[in-house]
Amino acid sequence: MQKKINLPLQEADLIALKAGDRVLLSGVVYTARDAAHKRMIEQEKEGIPFPIDLSNQVIYYVGPTPAKPGKVIGSAGPTTSGRMDLYTPRLLEVGLKGMIGKGYRSEEVKKAMIKHKAVYFGAVGGAAALIARSIKSSEIVAYEDLGTEAIRKLTIEDFPVFVINDVHGGDIYKEGVALYKS
Amino acid sequence: MKMIHYEHIVEQVAEMCKKSNYNLGEDVYSAFKLALQTEQSEIGKEVITQLIENADIAKTEQVPMCQDTGTAVFIVEVGQDCHIVGGSLVQAINEGVKKGYGEGYLRNSIIYNPLNRKNTGDNTPAIVHLELVEGDSITIHMTAKGGGAENMSELKMLKPSDGIEGVKKYILSIVKEAGPNACPPLVVGVGIGGNFERCAYLAKKSLFRPLGIRHEDPVVAELEKELMTEINRLGIGPQGMGGSTTALDVKVEVESCHIAALPVAVNLNCHASRHQTISLN
Ligand code: SF4
Repeated sequence: MQKKINLPLQEADLIALKAGDRVLLSGVVYTARDAAHKRMIEQEKEGIPFPIDLSNQVIYYVGPTPAKPGKVIGSAGPTTSGRMDLYTPRLLEVGLKGMIGKGYRSEEVKKAMIKHKAVYFGAVGGAAALIARSIKSSEIVAYEDLGTEAIRKLTIEDFPVFVINDVHGGDIYKEGVALYKS
Repeated sequence: MKMIHYEHIVEQVAEMCKKSNYNLGEDVYSAFKLALQTEQSEIGKEVITQLIENADIAKTEQVPMCQDTGTAVFIVEVGQDCHIVGGSLVQAINEGVKKGYGEGYLRNSIIYNPLNRKNTGDNTPAIVHLELVEGDSITIHMTAKGGGAENMSELKMLKPSDGIEGVKKYILSIVKEAGPNACPPLVVGVGIGGNFERCAYLAKKSLFRPLGIRHEDPVVAELEKELMTEINRLGIGPQGMGGSTTALDVKVEVESCHIAALPVAVNLNCHASRHQTISLN
């Protein structure tokens, strides 16, 4: 079944989503990957606040290709989320409600997701040209010097994802594989 | 003696970089179509459908199929009777990469130094493997190798007593551990033998063989088939969400080695298996 959800995620959406659900997301998401995460967390330790308000927001782990002339953004598929695991629990603590990426999360992140009621979505790794079509606007909002790794504010429309980890501890990576192992 | 010009190599390499990232090879595309027929999971089918659509969009719009446009890796067969004029071969390749990645709106993903992590800004240096061959032409094989799958690759010096069963077990363990991270469905490249560095190279080289083509040695070809079946039984499936298509193909290269050794390298490639080959003569 395919669900359509408008961001920001509401409490009811978060509870209703189950691992394995196909979802089309619309609204605003922020991009951040390795370098942006590292800088946010390191600067916070020095007393510098996060450059964006993350409460109730969704982060998309992506480093797009440069946009061709006339395009909103280049190809923009998900990168491996596990590299952000070290920094994620802190972001969930301040109210991050969703993440879009690909690949396994650490036990620590999964626990923090249940605790703070957040969902991990997977976009199809490598479907970057297709995904770019659902990105309607893109604007750099922080760390411009990081190039492809800068923080961008994206407006998305019917952005295709699957729920990987839900707030109830469901995990499609575990459940799906168990189903088809022979 | 055949003369091959620096500028000619630059131009050709630039085109290869663009084409490999925009146009998914027919071999991979056919493997997607086949997988769509055989995949058992609904989620898996949806993933493959998206991948086919993605490949179509990339080709029509001439945009990169994946945002990770890779490390540019080359295997160059240099004829010992040819002569390159106007500059060095490796320089020409790097110049071509710089041009192709720039003009092609491809992402620059290479950093100067793994410890300070500053981007070089033009996706160079490329990784260039030279092989000296007979004749007077140059054949350039190129791949844009994604980081996600490369990161889940591994090499191990097994014990000779581990035997073929040990080799298989090790390969399966790597695919299993990679799970969704390497963007399955995968192409699994395996090197067996050589020594430490040669084994890794064999695994990488195996990935240059088109999908659907088995090794010419029937024994190795049989091993590829067996591994393919066993990998697809793991249940990992497209994007690791469960299914019957974990690998689109398995490639194995085998070479002689020391009596004390059994090196095995597993170089994973994602479904964005981007290869180009050209001959300059
Ligand atoms: S592993 Fe391959 S398909 Fe996945 S993001 Fe990297 S290059 Fe793209």
